[in-house]
Amino acid sequence: MANDMKDKLLTFMFWLSGLIIILILAGIIGYVVYRGISSLSLDFILQPPSRAGRAGGISTTIVGTVYLTIISLLAAVPIGVGSAIYLEEYAHSQSRFASLVNLTAETLAGIPSIVFGLFGFVFFVIFLGMGWSVLSGGLTMAIMILPTITRTSQEAILAVAREYRENSLALGASRWQTVRKVILPSALPGIVTGIILSIGRAVGETAAIILTAGSSLGMPISPLDPARTMSVHLYIMAMEGISTERAFGTACLIVVLIVIINYLANLSLNRLTRAMS
Amino acid sequence: MDNVVSIKQDIKMKSVDLDLYYQDFQALHGINMEIKANHVTALIGPSGCGKSTFLRTLNRLNELIEGTTIKGQVYLDNISIYEKDVDVVALRKRVGMVFQKPSVFPMSVYENVAYGPRIHGVKNRSQLDEIVEKSLRDANLWDEMGSRLNSPAARMSGGQQQRLVIARVLAVDPEVILMDEPASALDPISTAKLEELIADLKNNYTIVIVTHNMQQAARVSDFTGFFLNGRLVEFNRTKELFVNPSSQQTEDYITGRFG
Repeated sequence: MANDMKDKLLTFMFWLSGLIIILILAGIIGYVVYRGISSLSLDFILQPPSRAGRAGGISTTIVGTVYLTIISLLAAVPIGVGSAIYLEEYAHSQSRFASLVNLTAETLAGIPSIVFGLFGFVFFVIFLGMGWSVLSGGLTMAIMILPTITRTSQEAILAVAREYRENSLALGASRWQTVRKVILPSALPGIVTGIILSIGRAVGETAAIILTAGSSLGMPISPLDPARTMSVHLYIMAMEGISTERAFGTACLIVVLIVIINYLANLSLNRLTRAMS
Repeated sequence: MDNVVSIKQDIKMKSVDLDLYYQDFQALHGINMEIKANHVTALIGPSGCGKSTFLRTLNRLNELIEGTTIKGQVYLDNISIYEKDVDVVALRKRVGMVFQKPSVFPMSVYENVAYGPRIHGVKNRSQLDEIVEKSLRDANLWDEMGSRLNSPAARMSGGQQQRLVIARVLAVDPEVILMDEPASALDPISTAKLEELIADLKNNYTIVIVTHNMQQAARVSDFTGFFLNGRLVEFNRTKELFVNPSSQQTEDYITGRFG
């Protein structure tokens, strides 16, 4: 009887924890949408900001965000997936180099973003002379998301059944043929999940971006143009007391953007997996 | 050329004083076995006795496990397969393998069978079509799947998947087919179909099959090797070994006293 009560109580507690998570998420999103929805309009999305963000829209920051994210993915995905393939498929498990790569990826993941920002500022902006630019910001961001992409890709590759590998090799395939034709297609869903997480991080990053991409409100055309991302815009709107309403409007769009990205990624993922399995 | 020996023509593969170590652990002790061409050789014994390990030495798949070392020789026809100049890819093309769990690739039925030929450079579509059809026919799968070549292989039943895996091996045109407990994940009807298939295949291929199931070994094989603790305790014609085992250990195992 006592055990039965305990069980019921614990079940309730776990249910409650689940409920709290849902309430927190719903509360935040609900509040952001409630405060921001009044500023949202087609003009807000399509017009460039004017008067330092007091008027106009936020089009240049949307472009800046997407631009910077794309550059960071272009740099980080090949390196991250490549090192994951190396670690899981080529390196010997006792290899010193492999354990060093693993350790480095883990350590990179634990470093606070502002430290990356400072490094990016000194290295890309000043030493390499890229200035405050989409490129400097994108490359700094690439370093930040590299561990996530490497780790998730590693896990995805590791989860591919050992039998696939053995069957392919037993048919006389080389390691690379096995990776390209069997392992990568099977690991793709996991790899894409890592990329989605990374996009979320890139879109949300603020401090490191201010240090490396600047906070210019102009429209970035060349990769060497400075840019302001939506998160940076939100920060400046709120911090400098320019417009709380516009900060919430921007926040609202960030949330919408993330939801759309997740939805599209899931959609293409489902198509891919259905096409393959 | 001391790595070339002349072996009797009807012997397809042969191991000579074969030892295998995982790090410090010796998993195989001086295995000497002759595998007769166009016959089925069964390897039996309790779990961990070394029968699967031995099977994997025949296509050098044991090399995938780090820390494995080999002493002794394995011959395919008259080539010593552990010599440095042996091309592992070419070896595995000649010595195909079917695993315990039917593991179809996440692709269509057609692409699964075409996988091997494509890897080995066949690009011509009609040639591929021909290979796929012939392999599926030889694996007794054409009647069931011939009209569904583009459907995902993962949707087939377990028994069909195992025959698809065999078709995939046949498509590479091997000479020897190794089977590692191919029926252990199958229901009785699928198992019966698989055993029928093995009987058909031995006309054109040399087959080595590891099995836990002694009735199966008795049904499908011509020769049987009994492994215990990494040693080949007894190797003989299947009938002889089951009816009249010469070793007490073999008798204890096949009468179910252990294992």
